[in-house]
Amino acid sequence: MPSALINVPRQAKRGDIIEIKTLMSHIMETGYRHLASGEVVPRDIITSFSCRYNGTEIFRADLFPAIAANPFITFFTTATESGKFEFEWIGDKGFSETASASISVE
Amino acid sequence: MRKPNNSTRRQFLGLAGGAAVIGAVPIVTLRPAEATPAMLATAIRNVVGEAEVRTGKVKLDVPPLVENGNTVPMTVSVSSPMTPDDYVRSIHVFNEKNPQPNIGNFYLGPRAGRAQVSTRIRLADSQKVTAIARLSDDTFWSVSVDVVVTLAACTEEAI
Repeated sequence: MPSALINVPRQAKRGDIIEIKTLMSHIMETGYRHLASGEVVPRDIITSFSCRYNGTEIFRADLFPAIAANPFITFFTTATESGKFEFEWIGDKGFSETASASISVE
Repeated sequence: MRKPNNSTRRQFLGLAGGAAVIGAVPIVTLRPAEATPAMLATAIRNVVGEAEVRTGKVKLDVPPLVENGNTVPMTVSVSSPMTPDDYVRSIHVFNEKNPQPNIGNFYLGPRAGRAQVSTRIRLADSQKVTAIARLSDDTFWSVSVDVVVTLAACTEEAI
């Protein structure tokens, strides 16, 4: 089952730089491994990750097979207003997951 | 009596040598495809175009000695004030010897506050990892780090 772990501070002061940590459980099959029978295991990776802060995209990443299984991505943003972070992962074989976290900014 | 013996020995050695050479070829071709320096150069060109890539401003934190190439923690940071006029647009990470030269592209903006991204990557071999940052004035800055990998990623067979 796909599941996401998100770490966003619950509260922040306006203008604070906050760290956002995300982890999505996913096999990230590279497409370069072989079965014992010699068949190639088809690629199955997350290709894109994005984060929106109250609707505005603040971070986006293109992922390749060289990203380890269960992609863990951390980045920073400036806390400007109370609201919601929305995260989206898109990948091979129709993989699409979303998660969200809210923050209150004083 | 000794002469024919000698010649068979020579023939045998010749055949054995030939067989060894033939045997070596499939071993070489069975190795997983590696990104070549040309592929790395092309991948970088796709990102930077004709622009000049200068060294500096970017910091790439990867352990110099890695036990397990399947998960290698990596942090890229760029020294930038991250103001609306002067910020990091994107960070691109490349490798030399994985099957593909790309590792990841990360797009930030002035709102990031701090130009720093962390993730975990796979490394198929001891190699050089390169990070390139594109700033808001469309200049490119890079850094390269050598990493030694003891257990490579991608080598184990899937079951």
